[in-house]
Amino acid sequence: MGRAIAQRLAERGDRVFLLGIGEEELQKSAADLAARSAKSEPTGYAVCDLEHPETFAPALDAAEATLGGLDLVVVTAALFATQEALENDIELTRRLVTVNYGHTVVFCEHARKRLLARGGGSLAVFSSVAGDRGRKPVAIYGSGKAGLSHYLESLDHKFHAQGLHVLTVKPGFVKTGMTAGLKPPPFAGEPEGVAKVVVRAIDARKPVVYTPGIWALVMLVIRWLPRFVMRKIGF
Amino acid sequence: MPSPALPPAPTLAAWGRLPKPGSELVSEDLARATLGANLSRGLGRSYGDSSLPAAASDRVIGTRRANRVLGFDAATGVLRAEAGLSLAEVNRLFMPRGFFTPVTPGTKFVTLGGMVSSDVHGKNHHVEGCFGQHVRSMKMRLADGSLVETSPTAEPELFWATVGGMGLLGHVLEVEFTLKRIPSPWILMESERVGGIDEFLVALNTAAPQWPMTVGWIDCLNGGKKLGRGVLMAGRWAEPHEAPAELPPVPGALAVPFDFPNLALNKYTASVFNIAYYWKQIAKRVTKVLSPEPFFYPLDAVLEWNRVYGSRGFTQYQCVIPRAAGAPAVREFMVRLTKFGAASPLCVIKDCGPEGQGILSFPLEGTSIAVDMAVSPEIQRVVNELNAFVIETGGRIYLTKDAFTTPADFRRMEPRLPRFEAAREKYDPKRALRSAQSVRILGDRAS
Repeated sequence: MGRAIAQRLAERGDRVFLLGIGEEELQKSAADLAARSAKSEPTGYAVCDLEHPETFAPALDAAEATLGGLDLVVVTAALFATQEALENDIELTRRLVTVNYGHTVVFCEHARKRLLARGGGSLAVFSSVAGDRGRKPVAIYGSGKAGLSHYLESLDHKFHAQGLHVLTVKPGFVKTGMTAGLKPPPFAGEPEGVAKVVVRAIDARKPVVYTPGIWALVMLVIRWLPRFVMRKIGF
Repeated sequence: MPSPALPPAPTLAAWGRLPKPGSELVSEDLARATLGANLSRGLGRSYGDSSLPAAASDRVIGTRRANRVLGFDAATGVLRAEAGLSLAEVNRLFMPRGFFTPVTPGTKFVTLGGMVSSDVHGKNHHVEGCFGQHVRSMKMRLADGSLVETSPTAEPELFWATVGGMGLLGHVLEVEFTLKRIPSPWILMESERVGGIDEFLVALNTAAPQWPMTVGWIDCLNGGKKLGRGVLMAGRWAEPHEAPAELPPVPGALAVPFDFPNLALNKYTASVFNIAYYWKQIAKRVTKVLSPEPFFYPLDAVLEWNRVYGSRGFTQYQCVIPRAAGAPAVREFMVRLTKFGAASPLCVIKDCGPEGQGILSFPLEGTSIAVDMAVSPEIQRVVNELNAFVIETGGRIYLTKDAFTTPADFRRMEPRLPRFEAAREKYDPKRALRSAQSVRILGDRAS
């Protein structure tokens, strides 16, 4: 997902700095963005791993130094596992909720402070439709995303007046490496389509975006279903 | 109480909509995903079974998400990219900078890996040869798990077996090839109505030395005096002073929203299309400047146009008849084709240049004819009879389009097969790499 968004930003001429895992992979992605860049800008990168919070500050420092300040931070990374896999593996559960909630919030705090220090900017973070309501197939994964969505909404309330724009992205099913091997449900999105919607929402300074858009409607219904119905259905 | 119905087993289909049991794993990390995999596939635009699994449990990797450009040198035009990068993306990114792929097939919805594996050819075959001629180097994952860099000088037998080798030598992970500089992003095209097949062959011959790109559309339904009448299109990149100053418009595309009924496309509707297409241009000869999109990719303007054939699916019969067999052989082929009445409106004729170096690469010096046909109970017999004639002329068929050629016929038309099989024996002795097509035509195991 991050790749599709970065490609889109680079192609329209934005200067991009990559944070991620795997030096060799980052190098290849940076080469890709440089080749796509409308201004033939070289793209910098730094290793940053959501599993290791000590990497956050140095990586963001490197981004700030290279770009001369940040006006947009996009967070797409997360762990994913099926409910079944999580129920059978307590250690995996610990890792997943720690990374997807705790460490993501810590990363956002680092980013928020840097954005506010220069008078604001945008923080766009991938949460999930899974965080909108407690549901059987995403009980554990969804709980981390619920916490993240909650945090992001509060950030928006608290810092909006100071110029911080917070975008909570709520993807439904997108055909990416994260969901490889899972059977795509109806209205599964492609990363390029999602990237287009997210970049547009960033530009329009929207607080929340569902993608594909149909999920806004689906989750509206799900949020209003009574508990006895949610106990019965498998969704 | 009735037991709940089992969900239908997943199937995978290519452009011809003839499904096989199995599924693909789409991955952006090809180096990891291809370990132990049986086949890689790109955008699934080959018509037949070359991108389909040999067995339902086979591991088939979808490469289209591995789409990074790894390097581009504007001084030389050398581009290196991951195998899943599509030609549509290459065009979109590099045409505005004055570069274009040296060879393009008739659709831009193909990946670089697919272009190598099919060793695609285009309207400029008589000048530039196939795509493989322009590939400098490839990174591959072989059946034994090793990663190798192969080029015309490093492991050349692997390289030339992979070029046109239908993905059966290994997984292509990265492709490095040379883009051509273009004087402008516009095409200057001359189109000419041609009254019959003999005249058409002469016209193609005459156009070849004058134009770097030629192709013809011909009517494959009407026989008699109208046999092989059609429109010849010849083109070249427009010089800056001939072209509009701006970039060509970004094409929008409509999609066919549903499957047409099976009978929607029949010989009567196809015939009406043919007459309309022939007379679309009233003047005998027209010259104009146009966008590369309608010139190279007229059908890409309609996404999922294969649905027009309905649920029955379709195939394309594409063969090349050697120049040595002469014009009478092409005429005789057309007579046989029209006799079946199985042809659809889309029939393309092209004169090919000399054979390339890809061991199983399709084109050879002669006349290539491609015609779509809906699948019917007759289709096997039609393909067999056309193949029998093509073999007699010393010609061959294009595996990328094929779903019905028998192994015996394929052996008869491919004297190069032992060399190809020797390369497979060397690089994949256990035949871990396989497809539904390699089972059907080369006798690979399906279990």
